[in-house]
Amino acid sequence: MSTESIAWPTPEVTTRRPVVEQLHEWVTTVDHKRLGILYILYALVFLLVGGIEATILRMQLIRPLNHFVSPEVFNRMFTMHGTTMIFFVVMPVMFGFANYLIPLMIGARDMAFPRLNAFSFWMTAFAGLLLYYSFIGGDGLYGAGNAPDVGWFAYAPLTSKTFSRGHSTDFWTLSLLVSGFGSIGTSINIIATVFCMRCKGMTLAKMPLLAWLNTIMATLVILAVSPLTAAQVMLLVDRYLGGHFFDTQAGGSAVMWMHFFWVFGHPEVYVLVIPAFAFASEIIPVFSRKAIFGYPVMVAATLCIAFIGMSVWAHHMFTVGMSAAGNTFFVLSTMAIAVPTGIKIFNWLATMWGGQITFKTPMLFCTAFLFQFLIAGLTGIMLGNAPFDWQLGNSYFVIAHFHYVIVGGILFTLFGAFYYWFPKMSGRMYSETFGKLHFWLFIIGFHLTFDFMHIPGILGMPRRIYTYEPGRGWDIWNLIVTIGVFFQAAGVLVFIGNLLWSYFRGQIAGSDPWDAWTLEWTAASPPPAYNFATIPEVRSRRPLWDLKHPEDPDWQYE
Amino acid sequence: MSAPSITVPEAELQWKLPARGPVAMYCLIAAEAAIFTIFVVAYIFYIGKSATGPQPRDVLHVPIFLTICLLSSSLTIHFAVRLLKSGRVFSFALWWTLTILLGAIFLAGTFREWRHLILDEGLTIQTNLFGTTYYSLVGLHAFHVTVGLLALLTVIIFTFLGDMGRQHAERAEVLSMYWHFVDVVWVVVFTVVYIVGR
Repeated sequence: MSTESIAWPTPEVTTRRPVVEQLHEWVTTVDHKRLGILYILYALVFLLVGGIEATILRMQLIRPLNHFVSPEVFNRMFTMHGTTMIFFVVMPVMFGFANYLIPLMIGARDMAFPRLNAFSFWMTAFAGLLLYYSFIGGDGLYGAGNAPDVGWFAYAPLTSKTFSRGHSTDFWTLSLLVSGFGSIGTSINIIATVFCMRCKGMTLAKMPLLAWLNTIMATLVILAVSPLTAAQVMLLVDRYLGGHFFDTQAGGSAVMWMHFFWVFGHPEVYVLVIPAFAFASEIIPVFSRKAIFGYPVMVAATLCIAFIGMSVWAHHMFTVGMSAAGNTFFVLSTMAIAVPTGIKIFNWLATMWGGQITFKTPMLFCTAFLFQFLIAGLTGIMLGNAPFDWQLGNSYFVIAHFHYVIVGGILFTLFGAFYYWFPKMSGRMYSETFGKLHFWLFIIGFHLTFDFMHIPGILGMPRRIYTYEPGRGWDIWNLIVTIGVFFQAAGVLVFIGNLLWSYFRGQIAGSDPWDAWTLEWTAASPPPAYNFATIPEVRSRRPLWDLKHPEDPDWQYE
Repeated sequence: MSAPSITVPEAELQWKLPARGPVAMYCLIAAEAAIFTIFVVAYIFYIGKSATGPQPRDVLHVPIFLTICLLSSSLTIHFAVRLLKSGRVFSFALWWTLTILLGAIFLAGTFREWRHLILDEGLTIQTNLFGTTYYSLVGLHAFHVTVGLLALLTVIIFTFLGDMGRQHAERAEVLSMYWHFVDVVWVVVFTVVYIVGR
């Protein structure tokens, strides 16, 4: 793809400053791009940590009656793996990309509240450290070396003082509380930025889809993370002040916690996946050389997903035993959410249809996402049926389903986004060869692990068991699943290596390596602190297309 | 849109976006409302489920005077902001101080009520489900009143230092939105705790 059409100024070469001074700049920065990168790097570190925890889990389950780790460590590992991946990997990385890209895409010089932005990042960062400090301080006076072991949704009464001695659960609660404040702060910032900082001419209907979808994500964070904050406060009241919210012996209700958690927990899935949709909606058009198909429908479908997504939470609780009316409502609302999701998949397919597709690494990941997310949605529909869920709830089938969503859907587009915007963030191209190697390693590993994980679930293997007896028909499947993990780990190592190598040695990318259409590609790579020397003015959804093709601009047709 | 390119839409000529302060405050209010919703739901769900006494109808008295104080503080802060907008800083300071006083009376009343409940009635957060939910919900609201009061106090300190002027009216208005929200929440808390729950 060409960059000849427009000449861009090259970034000035500055002399190297002392490391301490540079570090100080990063710590005190309020620049949305630097904070975005901090978010992303922070999430990458925790991705490795959470990945190591997953590997430990799979090593333990590789064969029956294994004793790779102790049962206690196993419980801690699955709790920490889940909590880390949701709260300290996917959420921060999505906030990172939103932070970095939204001001650039809407032609602004920074977020609406730069200092709130920095505050939110450091809240999230310290929350992660707080969670991991539990490995040292979790047992408090009882001894060293503990971590939360109550599962990532921490059902009552496991979290009561009686069953959870020491402070490990408190570390879990407090760290989610603190990271929740960070998430809400960033979300407020995103919404204010999108509504108040757009450049001239960029009406809401001309915003890039990424900005739209992240706004919807931020709205969901505000409406969904707050209930979690409230529930964590209640848990703290129970644990520290002797309250009875979730204390069944005093008339409290353990099911109440489940409701409060999943009122957060299900919208959270959409909080994670909507930014992934946003990446796909930016990457697929550029590599298909076509404008996105059905832009208004994409926005409307996402709004529908967010709206319906607020009312499906109790499909996580079919096995608890709800009333028939409750079951019916949550089955139907769960079925309903498949409709807007399906619309989006068809729109992406229609964007690719008849396009001149080039399968660069970002596009490869997004194509795989389409296929895998479809399957994840289909198993979701299966589990959304209450009777089916009574059979397979809390089995490895559920684990396979939601990892298909989070890894097969979200992580794949996320890798795509890394490769797509890496030239913009670093100024250098990544290695296409190693990018493709990463893709193939990861897709093989992914399918080995998560395709075959469905089967032991159907055969009755429950989630969170420490080990199992031979001869139940689970052995071979668990072996295959664990083998897949090594392919995935190899893929991630290639990915990290590629990023590091390309950062120092990659080809200079220029400002617009993909011949793309949104405003971030008009800024230099990496963009200067002020983003745009003059604030741009736009007249269509693809301002760069208009600039490159003055004879046939988009705004004549929109 | 296939109209000829010469006609520039009016929206492009007048490019005006909403101010970021109120937008952010609305978002914060939405988040806070979600938090309060969870506590209110918990309160309603646990009405009458306490295993032991005391029950709400035995110990709670409807705080009508405090409610009047808090709700009228919404009115006084509204007047204050309007006066600041027209640049009358002294009158603004008067109404703003009155708002703080009304809020402080409310907090003091809550303090007295809790003192009575704890010392005379023996109801603490540990006593029963009523105690747990009551102190949490009313306490969460009182916490928000306290935060609001601290913010209001900051403004009045700046006013006495002579640093407040018409140019700060928008910011004062954003703060007043928060204060209105705290008052609206009290209407809900009052209804749930002192009318429905009793």
